[in-house]
Amino acid sequence: MSEIRDEWPLYEIFVRGKRGLNHVHVGSLHAADDQMALRHARDVYTRRNEGVSIWAVRADAIAASSPDEKDPLFAPAGDKVYRHPTFYSIPDDVPHM
Amino acid sequence: MTATPKTSPDDGPDLLAAFEQTVARHDRIEPRDWMPEKYRSTLVRQIAQHAHSEIIGMQPEGNWITRAPSLRRKAILLAKVQDEAGHGLYLYSACETLGVSRRELTERLVSGKQKYSSIFNYPTLSYADVGTIGWLVDGAAICNQVPLCRTSYGPYGRSMIRICKEESFHQRQGFELLATMMRGTDAQRAMVQESVDRFWWPALMMFGPPDADSPNTVQSMAWGIKRDTNDELRQKFVDMTVPQAKALGVTLPDPDLVWNEERGHHDFGQPDWDEFYAVVKGSGPCNAQRIAHRRKALEDGAWVREAATAFAEKERTA
Repeated sequence: MSEIRDEWPLYEIFVRGKRGLNHVHVGSLHAADDQMALRHARDVYTRRNEGVSIWAVRADAIAASSPDEKDPLFAPAGDKVYRHPTFYSIPDDVPHM
Repeated sequence: MTATPKTSPDDGPDLLAAFEQTVARHDRIEPRDWMPEKYRSTLVRQIAQHAHSEIIGMQPEGNWITRAPSLRRKAILLAKVQDEAGHGLYLYSACETLGVSRRELTERLVSGKQKYSSIFNYPTLSYADVGTIGWLVDGAAICNQVPLCRTSYGPYGRSMIRICKEESFHQRQGFELLATMMRGTDAQRAMVQESVDRFWWPALMMFGPPDADSPNTVQSMAWGIKRDTNDELRQKFVDMTVPQAKALGVTLPDPDLVWNEERGHHDFGQPDWDEFYAVVKGSGPCNAQRIAHRRKALEDGAWVREAATAFAEKERTA
């Protein structure tokens, strides 16, 4: 059997379902270049009109937070309950708040 | 902020406890989380087998694309086979998040190191088989797959959600095809019954061996990889299918199939498990043909992949 040569790079695919919505991650695929990534993404992820726009992003270009640092990274938000509207008590008879 | 000592990567018990708590909360495990090696290898085996099944599963039906009886049936069958390719790709990408490459997965399939569902080692002898595969085989697959939408591994569950949405079309087109034939001539009705007779037992085998002979089930359920046992799913499938068979007007080829009022379920006979193990081990009617076909497609496509790589390289450096 002929050897399977080095794999094409991995792309992460994001699809905008309809106007007004964010692009959402839907999965990944391999492609030789950006154009092929978009064409494959169309065939793999939008066979039933699931989208009006596609982003294909090389997986090695994504910066991601490490799961090991999860707690320290998000700790600054942990003790700031005053950032939420429910922190403040307002008399029941004050309207529109 | 409380200063907590950072967990070192080799701090096994803490990591295992955190993993088990996540699973116990029915929360999902995501690709870069710590996970026990056995959890990872079980998932790789199960997701790869599932992906390979989708890819090999294109062959029995693809066999009939050029001989579809009408343009309508041909367009439907093409769309269905294309969906199977898509399902294979969703699952391969989920599997790759566990640190195994697409190339390794393909090599393990064509070398026979990893399996695919034994159902695809049976031949499709008539066009009625296209209908029966949609109705019974995809019906059994849906039974298996719906609970997997809640599996503990995030990427696997997300793939299953996409797949289940699309499988529903597969099952319904199969049922409709068979219903159309059942409204036809005696010869067409006989074709449907003959097809159902051949596929019923292999469809029941798709749920895997009985629970007593399925040693991995307990651990897989504890880790939330599987949500139901093989026998539970098989029972569900039988209960679901009996009224559908009645609506179609076909007979399911099991003399022991009878409603059990007390259990609130149908009793039914056991498939021939010796046949199941023989097919899994490679002695099914089409095992060699399926793998040879996949290998040939891989080899015949090599120059296309190489040309695309060369073109991309040229564009990049131009």
